[in-house]
Amino acid sequence: MTEQSLQEEPLVVRGKLEIPYKQFVGSVASKFLIEIRDNKKIFGMRCPECNRVYVPSRSICPKCMCRMDEWVEVSDRGTVLTYTVVNYKEPTHPVEPPFVYGIIQLDGADTGIVHFIAGVDPEELKVGLRVQAVFKAERQGSMLDIKHFKPL
Amino acid sequence: MAERIAITGVGQTYHKSKRKDVNAPELVTEAVEAALKDAQLTMKDIDFVVSGSFEMADGQYLPDMWILPEFGGVGKPGLKLQNAGTTGGVAAGAAFNYAASGMFNNVLCVTWQKMDEGQGAFGRGGGGLSEYWQSQIPMSPITNFARRTFAYLHNSGCTEEHFAITRVKQDQCALKNPYAQLKLNTTVEKVMESMALVWPIRYLHMCPSTAGAAAFIVSPENQAKKVTRKPVWVEDWFCAHVGGAFTMAEDPTLSTLRHGCEVVYKRNGITNVLKDIQAFEVYEPCSPAELRWMEEVGVCEDWTAWKLMEQGKVGIDKEIPFNPSGGVTATNPIGATPVIRIIEAALQIRDDAGEHQVPQTVNRALATAYGGQGENVIFLLRKSL
Ligand SMILES: [Zn+2]
Repeated sequence: MTEQSLQEEPLVVRGKLEIPYKQFVGSVASKFLIEIRDNKKIFGMRCPECNRVYVPSRSICPKCMCRMDEWVEVSDRGTVLTYTVVNYKEPTHPVEPPFVYGIIQLDGADTGIVHFIAGVDPEELKVGLRVQAVFKAERQGSMLDIKHFKPL
Repeated sequence: MAERIAITGVGQTYHKSKRKDVNAPELVTEAVEAALKDAQLTMKDIDFVVSGSFEMADGQYLPDMWILPEFGGVGKPGLKLQNAGTTGGVAAGAAFNYAASGMFNNVLCVTWQKMDEGQGAFGRGGGGLSEYWQSQIPMSPITNFARRTFAYLHNSGCTEEHFAITRVKQDQCALKNPYAQLKLNTTVEKVMESMALVWPIRYLHMCPSTAGAAAFIVSPENQAKKVTRKPVWVEDWFCAHVGGAFTMAEDPTLSTLRHGCEVVYKRNGITNVLKDIQAFEVYEPCSPAELRWMEEVGVCEDWTAWKLMEQGKVGIDKEIPFNPSGGVTATNPIGATPVIRIIEAALQIRDDAGEHQVPQTVNRALATAYGGQGENVIFLLRKSL
């Protein structure tokens, strides 16, 4: 075989991976989402050892490695710990750009949650901004049952 | 210079086909909690974390990123490994090597699979095959074992009934293991009547889909002796790869299990397998495989294991204590399955296996991992070094 013929017709095999999945939320995290869906209330879990309140709720304190079972209602108001502005579009974004997301620590919680911040001019955004949750009218048991956080 | 190392704690979940009550991080934490409790350590004592799952079987991507924070497994040195059925095998091997480096006191190895969340059929599908030579033809681990099992029928002179007898033996062992998933109390007739998925492999020959996790802690000698009065020493481990179906086209029965065992036996002076090793936990993804694995591990001559199985010589309290836990045909959370083999071998050495404890003293146990289309990882554990 000559070098010439080796260069002819380099063939390609095309494929596609499809990887369907579901994820069980678990009993504890399900209660967190159900409270938002049914009652527009946000609950955390308090660690019996270090007293930290985890929002979203979780069953184990990763610092103390102990099981938690004390539900604590926290405020729907909180403080922006950090934020950024997204200006580009891609299929995984649930909203049109430009949009803002940040980490918000709710009053009564020791941890922050990631969520959208809307109704604010990007120039007015700052760490420490006080915000409040805006719940959707139709809620399905997901983190997006909170539509976004708006400035107070 | 490598340190002598020992397993100081083991833990696994109660394996089920579905665990809707917990999310993946919570499931994995159950195994970590159990291993820490067994070693009487806390996460503060852990200074290296090896984690692993067969990501595609769960439809997960980088699951360690959101699972390890659940139990405080972050902020420590560590790595994640993924290698299909041998995931737990390479993860355990890595954990052993990191412990043997002497740089860490307590290395945690944690592996899992939550097959109730993914499409297991993908995981059991055509992975590990060359796209241009092989994967357009629907070969899978099931067809791979059908090919091996057909060769076994042809070469050994056994009948399909012997595969069913093997399944019943596996089931009888699983019935005594509180952690096992499938406890069928089945019969030879029921196994033989079950659907031929890819003849001669029948439905009841195959391992199930499992949600489960398994973890252990391994330490260098000085630390291990401080942690536990029952250290399980890691004598050796060896990983043997094979080129999947491509290599098997040359020899349909080729397996690296025999090769891997020969290597570790030679390195550790094992000349009489049944005398030198008192318990075997060998990764058998389907019932007929156990017969060939017995031969390749060296407990009997080629093509004779079916006779021993027929004579009832294989079982927890029998001449050949092969897979006393009930094995993989009872429980298969893929990524964690090799670590379950290591845990079960360690429990046998510690005399802590409970109802499925081998009655004779277990001074040395063999555990293996199988994956892809023929890779094997071999582990030798000892009561004392
Ligand atoms: Zn705590």
